[in-house]
Amino acid sequence: MALLRAENLAVTYSSSRGPVKALENLSATLGQGEFLSVLGPSGCGKSTLLKVVAGLLKPSSGSVMLGGAPITGPRPDVGIVFQQPTLLPWQSALDNVLLPVRTLGHDLAAGREKAIALLKLVGLEKFASHYPSELSGGMQQRVGIARGLVHDPALLLMDEPFAALDAMTREHMMMELQRIWMAAGKSILFITHSIPEAVFLSDRIVVLSERPGRTIREVEIDLPRPRTLATMAEKRFSERCNELRALFSELVSFA
Amino acid sequence: MSPGPSDKPTSVDKLKSVAYPLVTLVVLIMLWDTAIRVFKVPNFIMPTPYAVLEALQRGYIEGLFWKHFFFTLQSMVFGYVLGCTLAFLLGCIFAESRTVERMFLPFVVALQSMPKVALAPLIIVWFGFGLESKIVMVALVCFFPMFINTAVGLKQTSPALLDLMNAFSASRWHILTRIKIPSAAGHIFAGLQIAIVLGLIGAVVAEFVSSTRGLGHLISAAAVNLETNTMFAALISLAVLGVAGSLAIRFLHSRIVFWDKGSATQTATTE
Repeated sequence: MALLRAENLAVTYSSSRGPVKALENLSATLGQGEFLSVLGPSGCGKSTLLKVVAGLLKPSSGSVMLGGAPITGPRPDVGIVFQQPTLLPWQSALDNVLLPVRTLGHDLAAGREKAIALLKLVGLEKFASHYPSELSGGMQQRVGIARGLVHDPALLLMDEPFAALDAMTREHMMMELQRIWMAAGKSILFITHSIPEAVFLSDRIVVLSERPGRTIREVEIDLPRPRTLATMAEKRFSERCNELRALFSELVSFA
Repeated sequence: MSPGPSDKPTSVDKLKSVAYPLVTLVVLIMLWDTAIRVFKVPNFIMPTPYAVLEALQRGYIEGLFWKHFFFTLQSMVFGYVLGCTLAFLLGCIFAESRTVERMFLPFVVALQSMPKVALAPLIIVWFGFGLESKIVMVALVCFFPMFINTAVGLKQTSPALLDLMNAFSASRWHILTRIKIPSAAGHIFAGLQIAIVLGLIGAVVAEFVSSTRGLGHLISAAAVNLETNTMFAALISLAVLGVAGSLAIRFLHSRIVFWDKGSATQTATTE
């Protein structure tokens, strides 16, 4: 059974220029332990979708079910990672990771153990007492990922988490995320506008149209895991990327 | 990321930052002294630096100034703490409640644009000639910069941070105390800094209007007898109070808001 199921989802914002349709008729499913990417041009409502799943935004129509129950507000079994690390500058890396433990009122001692284990998983065990300003952008984002996982959510939402990083850090982080995902065994909903990133990381990709975002294609990525930098040089990999790229050039031509 | 060598002041830099203003001070005092001698300015118009020093010595070593100094210091400290605390609490309520903001904002703006020192005579009528009226005056002038800075600072919390906290089911109280207030700390300290300067103005004005004590009273009393050296001595005392207060706040700022080095230096003083 699917962990997450979005059906005929529509979101309409009211703005000063009248109502804006951000999402229309979007349907998607995410299986247990699956890595699903949502790929779309910028401004297609990808982040809106994420906010709906996070319970921060009510859909205008349609529904999202998580583990068989509709999402009506923020839930403790969902973790979230934003494009910016959004760490608290006055707290150490460890305390930043512990944030969801504190807000959800979980046991702090157990949470601390878990947080230290997660900092180890993201390769930052030596930086637990460092403040965000003492960490590089990639390290900050890894703290953010650890924070998203600390309360043991069934689903991790990631909103273009590597978009603000430089190209080299980005490739490194893609490898890291794959490793973390394989080790932690979570389901991940990954929002991106980068085709190679989506192909490298995903089991499946949902392609959205321009605003208002609709599902226009679902692509299965069956490249064997663990994928490495060598995978990106393979013919299968570039074929996948090219297919998706062709899809987008079609999309943009009628816009 | 470790701070580069240019970020840390060397001992030579430190020495320079102390020595250079001292040089300016000595030159100014020499100019002052020379000008009085050359143009034969009478003492009741402008005292010599030596006469001012004498007045300070008389005031603080023989002890005539202390009761005035402590009176002003007392009204300043109590008024400042009272005004800033109330302003902080009300600033929080304003920033958190749209309803309260809508109901009271026009009146706050109206009160803010009124010169508070104009209320001094009324406050004397209500609270008497003693310390109470001075405390109320100081609290009143401290209130607005602190109130506005608190409310504005709290509202400028990054929306991404608020989304994140909401996604992690944080309570409103948790968000206010653990996220919004620390985020606004730079603004809040800027408000505290401005309030120090304005508070001192408030204390002196209230003493001008009616008082039997205080450095402001000392100045107006000395003016009657044309004792300009006493007036200068009192002015210097006020400057010391103001500078000491500002430095104390700056020190607290850099200690408490350790993560935001930039905000500690951008303390704009208005009015």
